[in-house]
Amino acid sequence: MTQRYVMSIDQGTTSTRCILFDQRARLVSVAQREQQQYFPQPGWVEQDAVEIWRNVDRIVPRALADAGISPDQVMALGIANQRETTVVWDRRTGTPVGRAIVWQDVRTEELVREFEGKPDAETVRDRCGLPLATYFAAPRLRWLLDNLPGLRDRAERGDVLFGTMETWLIWNLTGGVDGGEHVTDVTNASRTLLMNLATLAWDDELLSFFDIPKRMLPEIKPSTADFGRTKRVVPGLRIAAALGDQHAALFGQTCFARGETKCTYGTGSFLLMNTGRELVRSTHGLLTTIGYQLGGEPAVYALEGPIAVTGSLVQWIRDSLGLIGSAPEIETLARTVDDNGGCYIVPAFSGLFAPHWHSEARGIIVGLTSYITKGHLARAVLEATGWQTREVVDAMNADSGLTASTLRVDGGMTANHLLMQFIADVLDVPVMRPIVAETVSLGAAYAAGLGVGFWPDLEGLRRNWHLAARWLPQLEASRRDAEYANWQRAVELTFGWAQPRRPV
Amino acid sequence: MPGPVQAIERAAAILRLLARGSGRLGVGEIAASLDLAKGTAHGILRTLQGVGFVEQDAATGKYQLGAALLHLGTSYLDVNELRSRAINWADALAARSGEAVRIGTPLEGNVMVVHHVFRPDDTLQTLDVGTLLPLHATALGKVLLAYDADLAAETQRSDLPSLTRRTVVNAAALTRALAQVREQGWAGEAEEFMPGEAGIAAPIRSYGGLVVGAIGITGPADRLCDGGLRPRADLVTHVSNAARAVSRDLGASR
Ligand SMILES: Nc1ncnc2c1ncn2[C@@H]1O[C@H](COP(=O)(O)OP(=O)(O)O)[C@@H](O)[C@H]1O
Ligand SMILES: [Mg+2]
Repeated sequence: MTQRYVMSIDQGTTSTRCILFDQRARLVSVAQREQQQYFPQPGWVEQDAVEIWRNVDRIVPRALADAGISPDQVMALGIANQRETTVVWDRRTGTPVGRAIVWQDVRTEELVREFEGKPDAETVRDRCGLPLATYFAAPRLRWLLDNLPGLRDRAERGDVLFGTMETWLIWNLTGGVDGGEHVTDVTNASRTLLMNLATLAWDDELLSFFDIPKRMLPEIKPSTADFGRTKRVVPGLRIAAALGDQHAALFGQTCFARGETKCTYGTGSFLLMNTGRELVRSTHGLLTTIGYQLGGEPAVYALEGPIAVTGSLVQWIRDSLGLIGSAPEIETLARTVDDNGGCYIVPAFSGLFAPHWHSEARGIIVGLTSYITKGHLARAVLEATGWQTREVVDAMNADSGLTASTLRVDGGMTANHLLMQFIADVLDVPVMRPIVAETVSLGAAYAAGLGVGFWPDLEGLRRNWHLAARWLPQLEASRRDAEYANWQRAVELTFGWAQPRRPV
Repeated sequence: MPGPVQAIERAAAILRLLARGSGRLGVGEIAASLDLAKGTAHGILRTLQGVGFVEQDAATGKYQLGAALLHLGTSYLDVNELRSRAINWADALAARSGEAVRIGTPLEGNVMVVHHVFRPDDTLQTLDVGTLLPLHATALGKVLLAYDADLAAETQRSDLPSLTRRTVVNAAALTRALAQVREQGWAGEAEEFMPGEAGIAAPIRSYGGLVVGAIGITGPADRLCDGGLRPRADLVTHVSNAARAVSRDLGASR
């Protein structure tokens, strides 16, 4: 019997990966390419959607070739993607109207402040579960409509399409200008500020609040659904699932039951808790979002604590300061010293997300003395990820009334032992990594494989979860509390920076 | 004896050229200085860039000596980077073999564990990243010794401590064992480190075949070995495939 496989494409913020998994959910091959990041102005973050599409065009055939697998052995393709990153393109030429605006971009800060001042601003959160913030897609789309000459007319005529990365990729894969499918899934749509969380449809009130023409929006489908067949790159693959990367990671970690939680450490980091069929509203600065929706079933909801800058702080140290040659070397550098030397870095590069939601905050390094070396800076870089995790975990505990007793982790930064140990220390709970660190890809594959019957049920998938590494807390409570207090003071210093403080 | 390899002579000349004067030259200037065709110079520069010996300035396109040249003596692949680059394949090896996986590099006459994946059976296990293991008594160590003549000579100069009754303690026997490792491309160890335990490991290579570490599995001898305490062929294949996959990602040719 010929072996059968499921393919996933994980279009992440830093890179795009194509991975093939066998029926026992074991990785068979992986092909990966980083994409270029553009920082044209302070606070702006852009990527080239065409470059990302070209990367997909290269890595999909390579993943097949490396494994010696033919396309007809691939039962399904699942796509996971960086969320909220906004692309608008011409439906006749397939050309984007400009660079994609990335979820970390804060150019819409003014615009968001204007929205906040509108009389019906209060209703936004009720409808879509999200606070008004630069993080989400709608303000970005509105910014494009306002700032690119003629774009609004083209949008109203139906000449241009909007999408996040999965929509862009699926449209291209299924034919592009030749009848490409213009679709998204509920998890991605739940990050736009435009979808009604209860009805899972575009909300007319929200569309008029943000003044977005409905014609340019994709059709919303469940996370597992028929998204069409590929006509390009490798023709004939059945696209059976699409979901935002963090939702895919929740699924890949097999957090199928209420209360099950994971945190994914990549460019940013994202804590998600499955809240089942219940739409839970946070009172502690978390988001309400869709966990996932299997075709034909009601949606599963989640609470989320997003952190904008974790791995990208490491990239900043590498690319903008040149202190290290590769991201993992941050650990080597950090181990040249025993502690942070009194130095703290709060990477509010995109303002601060959960649980603070201060769009106007900007990054700081505090506690500098002549004693501080680059080793201390490297420590402070890693510790920033730890403390930001602590803040969202505290919020999650407060919202759910439960106290997390372990933390399930995944993502590129979980290769960093110093960091994982620090997270165990600051949370005072064991940190557990499953045997597939590429949990986003695994989750997309799981969803796609379930959709086509390659895997029968959720219980079977659960049995694939195995512990690969576990870090136990070791720090004394007094030290932890003192350090946390320092961190909190540092965070307060970032507030209000991007706008002139009001005179007292 | 074959004569000198022209491409290597030219590469050396390019490095000497970049080491003097301003240290920043375009491909055209380099080709003109050495009287080479531009395509030839470009090919050599690209290869030197691939191994880190030259760097290209993104803005001007000019070449200069690479940082790797300054650190030629120290280990060129950071151990934390090795872990990051190998993590997917180490996970897959643990899933396929059902055993614990470790990656090791040499440190002060020992194997240092730089990565560890638990045996995927959800029993209680403890991370031992940072732990030191004996070179002569582990499969990881034998791989590292087999491809590093200096390390092997140094290890054999001192006493080889006996850890079990099967530990190889005789220098000549170790030399023979290492020759066999090189011949078969992997190392096995059965009850040489701990009674009842066995290991299988293979080399992780970078460009040009340079061995930068070893990846392997350990577990009960009765699971890893056949009746004659010989490593099971299917597990050897899994380990070798994982080593090859990591090596390919690090730039080793197939
Ligand atoms: N060993 C490491 N230590 C610290 N940060 C790392 C390490 N390896 C990768 N990273 C960071 O993780 C990010 C890449 O992880 P990944 O999960 O691929 O992210 P994404 O899905 O957001 O693209 C990068 O920002 C990189 O700087
Ligand atoms: Mg990712």
